[in-house]
Amino acid sequence: MMRKTLRLLGLVLAIALVAAACGSDSDDTTTTTAGGTDDTTAPAEAGQVEVFSWWTGGGEAAGLDAMIAIFGETDPDIEFVNSAVAGGAGTNARAVLASRLQAGDPPDSWQGHAGQELIGTYVAADQIEPLNFLYDQEGWLDVMPETLIPLISKDGNIYSVPVNIHRANVLWANPTVLTDAGIEIPTTLDEFFTAMDTLKDGGMEAPLAMGEEWTTLHLLETIMLASMGPDGWDGLWDGSGAWDSAEVTKSLEDFAKILTYTNEDSSALSWQDAGQLVIDGSSAFNIMGDWQEGFFREIGSEPGTGYVWAATPGTGGNFQFLSDSFVLAKNAPNRDEAIAWLTVAGSLAGQDAFNPVKGSIPARSDGDRALYGEYLLSAMDDWASDRVVGSLTHGVVANDSWKSEINTAMGLFLLDGDVAAFQTALVAAAEASG
Amino acid sequence: MTAIAGVHRSRKWVYIPLTMMALFYLLPMFVMLNTGFKSFDEVSLATMWKLPSALSVDNFRLAWEALHPNLWNSVKIVVPAATISSFLGSINGYVLSKWKFRGANVVFPLLLFGMFIPYQSILIPLVQVMSWVGLAGTTWALVLVHVIYGIPITTLIFRNYFAALPESLIEAAKVDGAGIWQVYSRILLPLSIPAFVVVYIWQFTAAWNDFLFAVLLTSTDNWPVTVALNNMAGSQIIAWNIQMAGSFLAALPTLLIYIFLGRYFLRGMMTGALKE
Amino acid sequence: MTTAETDIDVQGGEAPPKHKRFRMENWWGVLWVLPSLLAVMIFVYGFIAWTARVSVSKWKGLDPDYTFVGGENFVNLASDRRFHIDVVNTAIFTVVFVLGCLLIGLGLAILLDKGIRAEGFYRSLFLFPMAISFIVTGVVWRWLMNPAQGERLSGLNLLFDNLGLDFMINSWHATPTWGIAAVALPAVWQMSGYTMALYLAGLRGIPEALREAARVDGASEFQIYRRVIMPLLWPVTLAALIILGHSSLKVFDLIIALAGKQVALDVPAIYMWTTTFDGFFFGRGAAIGMVLLFSVAVLVIPYLWYSLRQEAEG
Repeated sequence: MMRKTLRLLGLVLAIALVAAACGSDSDDTTTTTAGGTDDTTAPAEAGQVEVFSWWTGGGEAAGLDAMIAIFGETDPDIEFVNSAVAGGAGTNARAVLASRLQAGDPPDSWQGHAGQELIGTYVAADQIEPLNFLYDQEGWLDVMPETLIPLISKDGNIYSVPVNIHRANVLWANPTVLTDAGIEIPTTLDEFFTAMDTLKDGGMEAPLAMGEEWTTLHLLETIMLASMGPDGWDGLWDGSGAWDSAEVTKSLEDFAKILTYTNEDSSALSWQDAGQLVIDGSSAFNIMGDWQEGFFREIGSEPGTGYVWAATPGTGGNFQFLSDSFVLAKNAPNRDEAIAWLTVAGSLAGQDAFNPVKGSIPARSDGDRALYGEYLLSAMDDWASDRVVGSLTHGVVANDSWKSEINTAMGLFLLDGDVAAFQTALVAAAEASG
Repeated sequence: MTAIAGVHRSRKWVYIPLTMMALFYLLPMFVMLNTGFKSFDEVSLATMWKLPSALSVDNFRLAWEALHPNLWNSVKIVVPAATISSFLGSINGYVLSKWKFRGANVVFPLLLFGMFIPYQSILIPLVQVMSWVGLAGTTWALVLVHVIYGIPITTLIFRNYFAALPESLIEAAKVDGAGIWQVYSRILLPLSIPAFVVVYIWQFTAAWNDFLFAVLLTSTDNWPVTVALNNMAGSQIIAWNIQMAGSFLAALPTLLIYIFLGRYFLRGMMTGALKE
Repeated sequence: MTTAETDIDVQGGEAPPKHKRFRMENWWGVLWVLPSLLAVMIFVYGFIAWTARVSVSKWKGLDPDYTFVGGENFVNLASDRRFHIDVVNTAIFTVVFVLGCLLIGLGLAILLDKGIRAEGFYRSLFLFPMAISFIVTGVVWRWLMNPAQGERLSGLNLLFDNLGLDFMINSWHATPTWGIAAVALPAVWQMSGYTMALYLAGLRGIPEALREAARVDGASEFQIYRRVIMPLLWPVTLAALIILGHSSLKVFDLIIALAGKQVALDVPAIYMWTTTFDGFFFGRGAAIGMVLLFSVAVLVIPYLWYSLRQEAEG
């Protein structure tokens, strides 16, 4: 018995030695060229750029790959190190990034939402470099939308390269369900309520499909926009409006009413699951950003017959947007390579490679329309003509601290349903972090 | 006579609750494998209890292709980590039980308490220190972390194991002039194989399953399998069948260790190794 | 051993040679433990001190700000509604998880101790969930505990439905207030086998003669367990209680894997993670970390003290 155990242990030890030897081998190759002081995570080999994102799957990863392919053509000498970290809507990624920035060990470039997430977080902490020189050099000021530049700027400095535009306030609906119930696509909140009452009377348990907590926050922002209008919404964030106003109370009551039409198991569903409920006809509606269309197409549903879309009821003429962008780290270990990457990210070729696959419209206004499908073309037109307002859930209007406090307030509201307490918490959040 | 009959009766019914519990324990593995063998079209929540129409190993092949570099990374992290911490634990346990110095009674609880700290509260200083010493991003950072945070448990197991061995064993050797090293290498090390098995399994499992430290401390090339598996779950359509097949591959090494070494583990525990 | 007698007078050269040798070897002992001790002092206590310092700072945002604010972060937690939910959730989770593991673990150990055939098979089978992380089984458990009702019934609920056990269909973790109890189920799945192993080790340590004596005295099997075996198993129960109790205070990845981040199923470890890394409230996050650490310490330190005392005495 004992002898057998001994032999086993011997085996294990032998493996250990082999593995240790191999471990040190590969270790040597990755660290020998480390030149700087703190750049051990991204060894400063010449011709390498480390880009950090949370795009690891589906259309996002495929889109990133398409853009990396363009980068491979323009800068074949530079190795692209894709440090994408998945999990929980960027949960892990954010923790990794925050820790690395704390430790003075930044990736060369990383993904950040245009708006306060960028300005109120990374710029405020002096972690990223202005990119005005790149904008001048590439002539981007002529092709990037005027509405977008102020959101990525502070004190005249431009801090990131936006690659795409997504729309947050989209209502997705199942056309068959609507036809069967004799319902038109609602355009106001009241019509929305009436339509969902009709569906409920017809036996549908949850006319509005909803997913986990962040998708509920997404729903909240579109309903608040619908209830308060674009001026009221903007006022909440630029300080001209009051969080304790009667308009906010009304919008929260509307939100509370909307929740009565949603599925009970929402907390267990992803946004894809919620979209699937609409395609399956278990629910009639879903309010989600336009990445939902990418999912619908991937599962083989056809626009027009499988699903239809409109602006969230009450938000017609408004484009509630978010934009993914890439930044340049201050003290980037591979600054020149990072600039080469950002040049591709802002280029027409890069954006037209990325966006059709990702399912978003290019941040540049000169995208090749022939590359984009039916929905995206409609989004391009709306982006050009609509009033543009920012998304809360996706980092445009509030910095991360404020957003996380609002998220907590909403989570508590989902538990107790107390509108007054919800509003009090929102006021407190605005005072502490606004 | 009646007592024996009673025992016999009880032995028969014993299998009913045991088998029911066994089914409960196996349920998640069944779902994992069942889904792993299905084709993509067959996978859905509604049909999770249906058996696959055809057994296909394609998913496992695809998962292997995606994960095998990371499985190798895991081995490169876990084996040195478990080996080093076993030896470190055995040295600590030996000194703290058989070669006590003044203050040993303070040192032991001091080491032990480290077992109980919530890791979330030490993450940021950890990343800072690792990058300061130039290890962040390498597999050696993870080896170091698993060794250090394994010190409390490995020390505990070895100390309790050694404490149960009679003093006379080493007193005799000491009288013969054996020093601290001779007593360890000639007497206690050969006797401590059961404790080694327990500690090795424990540390192997902990390091293999770790996600938190791995995601923070390794760069893309060095990701162990848990991080890679987590990244396989895409943000849109998730190929659940491949994901489940990958999950199974990731679980296989620790699973095999428990299946084949589980009884040594239990025996080690029963010989007092883990009585706390 | 006679360590206590070794004197502290290290520089004194007049001590008899035998003593001198002992003292030398004791220094060797210190030297052997020193690397571990240093590592733990830095990586455990040093980092705790760092976290403690942050917990009394007003650091918010990515930029470190060590301005001293006293106990403000802790006072705020006391009136933080989310933290109240965390405390209630942790209490419910701990009770369900610890009781579940102890009862199932003890039950299985007693059954296995009956001297059945295939004991090794069952033992390994009950122990194996411990080998797998929730990164791996999280998705499976999410499927199994899908709370959807009606036509979309799936997972365990669907299984119950197929088996005619309709009364067992429930909303799992989507149940108001008690949803956190459902989250404890996979945790029990994972750790009850370990508890079983602890109890089995304890049971095997009880001499058969004791039971025989009780049987001779006319005690029923139940009475034997109640009066003889359980009291003898108390140290095992206590050890299990500490191990399970402290891990339930730290529960994190299981909940994230199973139900994502949501306030309804929030616990301190998750609040700490999200407030630190999503909201960059470093001061508050560190304060939660310190509260967690304090709770663990309250549980563990008396136990360590007690068991080391016991050991020293006996």
